[in-house]
Amino acid sequence: METIKIMGTDDTPTVILDAQNEIFEISGRSLPEDVTAFYDPILQWLDEYSASPKPKTIFTFKLVYFNTASSKLLLDILMKLEQLKEAGHDVLVRWYYPEDDEDMQEAGEEYADIVDVPFEQIGYTLS
Amino acid sequence: MDRKNIKGFLEFVYDFYKSMKAHEITLVYEGEITHQITKAFTSLTESNMAKEEESNSVQKKVFHVMVECLQNISKHADSFGSDDFLFAGRGIFMVSKGDSEYHVTTGNVIENTKIDELSKILNHINSLDKEGLKQLYKTQMREGRLSEKGGAGLGFIDIARKTGRKLEYHFLPIDEETHFFVLTSTISRSE
Repeated sequence: METIKIMGTDDTPTVILDAQNEIFEISGRSLPEDVTAFYDPILQWLDEYSASPKPKTIFTFKLVYFNTASSKLLLDILMKLEQLKEAGHDVLVRWYYPEDDEDMQEAGEEYADIVDVPFEQIGYTLS
Repeated sequence: MDRKNIKGFLEFVYDFYKSMKAHEITLVYEGEITHQITKAFTSLTESNMAKEEESNSVQKKVFHVMVECLQNISKHADSFGSDDFLFAGRGIFMVSKGDSEYHVTTGNVIENTKIDELSKILNHINSLDKEGLKQLYKTQMREGRLSEKGGAGLGFIDIARKTGRKLEYHFLPIDEETHFFVLTSTISRSE
């Protein structure tokens, strides 16, 4: 399966979806001009991956900022992971937030409430 | 311009400058709000705030509010009639900074027919407390659909949550078909 590797910019996140090496990660800032165009390939990739997933999928979110339009698409990603879990696969979401960023921490907690996927909240310090 | 017009224009420029100073306006723009404009304004304000050693949390709140306000205009400002491009995605955008707060103000033309719906949304948001806003955000995220222009119906809720204040808005009549919609968001500089 093809690997998705998108380098982040000041308005789009870094995305790595690499099934071979089991790296699933979105990090950085997300306020793309066209959220749908940006996230569609990612959602499609997840559909394809879900057809033959690895035994355990650990998906990392390490965002420092996302706008409200992105928040909706992030939920779409999490719902794909929920489906994967419902299909009987092992899924874990690691939600990283800057230690001093309560809003980002809360956003993770809110997503954890909405979707039925195990969440790990991890605070880190920016250095 | 003849001599008289030049004088009038110079006075206008100076008055404009003075009133910007009086209202502590650090950024003002009128025109089409594009993605490039949004990026330029947010990064300009970000670097100004960093220079002034504004706390991280205030910087983030101002950033959030600016992005959502700018996107509101670019996605919703009316092009009333069919092809009156003069108003589509356009509006006025201002940032002002006082001793204790930042204000982000937007103004754009809105068709009268849309006022009821917009007021209903805004009043509903203003009727909710912190927990209510959180629930509404979650519901809207789960059940709302992205509009053609990429709006998720979450911007106003997010502004209310990030500022911790009621949305302050007014409709000013323009003519028989339209009003001018003004929204001011206030972010406290102390935590």
